[in-house]
Amino acid sequence: MDVLDIARWQFGITTVYHFLMVPLTIGLGVLVAVMHTMWVRTDKPEWLRMTRFWGRVYLINFVLGVATGLVQEFQFGLAWSEYSRFVGDVFGSLLALEALLAFFLESTFLGLWIFGWGRIPKKVHLATLWAAVIGSIVSAYFIIAANSWMQHPVGVVTDDETGRPVQVDFLAVLTNNTALAAFSHAIVAALMVAGALLVGIGLWHLRKRKLAGAPTTDAEHAVWFRSVRLGGWVSLVAFVLVALTGDWQGKLMYEQQPLKMSSAEALCETEAPASFSILAWGKLGSNECDDVHSITVPYLLSYLAHGDFSTAVPGVNQLQEEYAAVYGETYPDDPSFGDKAGEPIDYTPVLAVTYWSFRLMIGMGAVSAGVAAYALRATRKGRVPTSRVGVHGSLLAVAAPFVANATGWIFTEMGRQPFVVYPNPDVPVEDQVWFFTAQAVSPGVSAGEVWTSLISLTLVYGALAVVELWLLTRFVRAGITTGDGAPVPGSPPEGTPDDDLPDGRDRTDDVLSFAY
Amino acid sequence: MDLQTLWFAAVAVLWTGFLLLEGFDFGVAALLPVLGRRPSDRHLMLRSIGPLWDGNEVWLITAVGAVFAAFPGWYATWLPALYLPFVLVLFGLIIRAVAFEWRHSHHTPAWDSSWTWVITTGSLIAALGIGAALGATTLGLPIDADGNRVGGAFAGLGWPALLGAVAVLAFSLVHGAMFLALKTDGPLRAAAGTFARRWAPVAALPLLAWAGVVHLRYGTTVTAVLWLVAALALVVAWAQIVVGREGQAFAAWGAMLVAAAATVFGAAYPVVVPSTIDAAFDVTVADASVSDYTLTVMTWAAGFGLPVVLSYQAWTYWVFRKRLTAEPVHEEPAEVPAS
Repeated sequence: MDVLDIARWQFGITTVYHFLMVPLTIGLGVLVAVMHTMWVRTDKPEWLRMTRFWGRVYLINFVLGVATGLVQEFQFGLAWSEYSRFVGDVFGSLLALEALLAFFLESTFLGLWIFGWGRIPKKVHLATLWAAVIGSIVSAYFIIAANSWMQHPVGVVTDDETGRPVQVDFLAVLTNNTALAAFSHAIVAALMVAGALLVGIGLWHLRKRKLAGAPTTDAEHAVWFRSVRLGGWVSLVAFVLVALTGDWQGKLMYEQQPLKMSSAEALCETEAPASFSILAWGKLGSNECDDVHSITVPYLLSYLAHGDFSTAVPGVNQLQEEYAAVYGETYPDDPSFGDKAGEPIDYTPVLAVTYWSFRLMIGMGAVSAGVAAYALRATRKGRVPTSRVGVHGSLLAVAAPFVANATGWIFTEMGRQPFVVYPNPDVPVEDQVWFFTAQAVSPGVSAGEVWTSLISLTLVYGALAVVELWLLTRFVRAGITTGDGAPVPGSPPEGTPDDDLPDGRDRTDDVLSFAY
Repeated sequence: MDLQTLWFAAVAVLWTGFLLLEGFDFGVAALLPVLGRRPSDRHLMLRSIGPLWDGNEVWLITAVGAVFAAFPGWYATWLPALYLPFVLVLFGLIIRAVAFEWRHSHHTPAWDSSWTWVITTGSLIAALGIGAALGATTLGLPIDADGNRVGGAFAGLGWPALLGAVAVLAFSLVHGAMFLALKTDGPLRAAAGTFARRWAPVAALPLLAWAGVVHLRYGTTVTAVLWLVAALALVVAWAQIVVGREGQAFAAWGAMLVAAAATVFGAAYPVVVPSTIDAAFDVTVADASVSDYTLTVMTWAAGFGLPVVLSYQAWTYWVFRKRLTAEPVHEEPAEVPAS
């Protein structure tokens, strides 16, 4: 593999990994803040216990999101320096604003929340969590605005001398319709992740307690029961919003990146009315879409693309020709394109990836909504399900929205190849800004260097995943009676100090034992 | 002052702020095996930086973000030129961050000591790597006319990198000790004070040497004065820690860093990445910067955002201003039943 391929693998692995943490951080952050708010408003102990239990899950995960996010900020420069030079006038300022306006907020106030129990007034303490949660949402906004600018560059003109985009309208970059659609889609998808977690773990504890004959009147029962109800409703409502925002995003994509959407459907030839593909077989991997056959629903694709049942949807073959006519049959014979110089350009993304990632995204989202509906039905009027299949299935299905989120990003990123900055079709061709992925990689960096970082980061990430999963599983299994042995913050000492702690810490008195 | 100069100054302030703030949590973490002999001392040390380290680290993220935002030419030349050191820094920062959090998520002596070791190692790697990157950058990298490094993966690493690495780490160690002397009480306070007293003069030498070399190479009268201020601050810091005025010692030691960093950045301006191949290939503020429009947008955003950030960060330091002791912290009885 050459530097370009290794760097792409590195970007893919580190970004998808980072994006496993992000939706959980955002979604669970919102839900923990809601729980904490409910506690402050009602003073009911079960809300406090929920806040503390889910707050710990949030924190165990949060830090991994922060740590892996660091890599993202550096790797644009490390492996993609030509990209950084090209987009510097727009992209860097969004990253810097994320750090300044969002990430400081998130990190500083999360520190205050963790250590502020019993130290700052109750309502101010609640506000610190909301500040941190708002920080993470604003942070997502800036990052998605930066990514959306690559998908659909707006607010720039081309500098005649350097050929690079120069920003002329910052507000246009911030209100890019691609960004607004992608941001709303990502935020509600994050709530699905958190909802599924609450449902899966809550049901598992409820069933375990019921089989053990535990009472349904105590605080612990209330914690799990409310978690399931809250998570179920959040998941279900979020799913509806995911579908609506996804439809919005899809319609934009048909205008802005038609090849991405046609590849998602393996739609070879232009069709009017166009049918939606449910399942495809054949040689999807050959990237020749004529080898693909699929089961289709007539008219549906026209509707998804344009909102009516008859409009033509362009096929991959036609689009490939159109793009080749405008942007060239082959890469320019220029050293900046490395091995790709002079090679023919394939404007069709890898069909197998776009086709299946799109289906996995939608399918896993639907699984998640199904589980939420099951959980809400199974817990109606205070019932507790004992079905092994239903409950264990719900626990397994915690993974579903994670898969949906990851495949959604894989789809949107792989689907815009071979461009890293996709030409904006709303702009006349002569004024368009675009950049091929092949010319984005750092020219001075050797394959050995990128291999070193790819292998070391992957190994470290793998090890961290093992520890995180082990910690989370252990903590979640223990539940709120033993796993969360620290007392209610600010409560009077109860019983004798626990001398087993290795630091000689005093569990009952140390308010910081909530987190540290 | 034009916008490019203003943003050069902003980047310099962000890097200095990062070294000043994260410097003490790097130092505390690196000193865990030295000063944290007993488990309760280690716990106290970690608690002293617990609420602060993550906010401190954002200074680094903002500093790098500001380099990218205001000077993409600097960002795109600098990071790939020092690819492996930066990857090492990331590695250190990742393992240190998760270790801070995960150390307290499970309780066995082996778990605690493993993650303590990871915190120390990660902090050492990060401090050394960032120092190496800054040292190599201020004294020159093998950059060609296109801003790309020539000569292979290790071409940027020589004595300036070593000097920068030692300077940042040594500064951080004493900075951490001074912070502990200020923030804790009991035997740990005394041990940290002793460490700072013993090592302050030695630990300041690489930093002063680095600033001195940069000044001699590129400096002006102003940077000469700044360097003298740094040297003077060292004398004050040492004198104050000897007499046990921990707050003033910590402030003076920090002032030394600020003056030394100002010497370095002041002498380097307007070059952001000097080329060791040919001075004509130097990347300057003017070559590297974005358009005036983007700088104007950023200036407005920073003009509103930075005072807010500084106020709530200051509030954090205020909330956690009390000295920590190994004694348990007693709180007001709560209004909720401890069920």
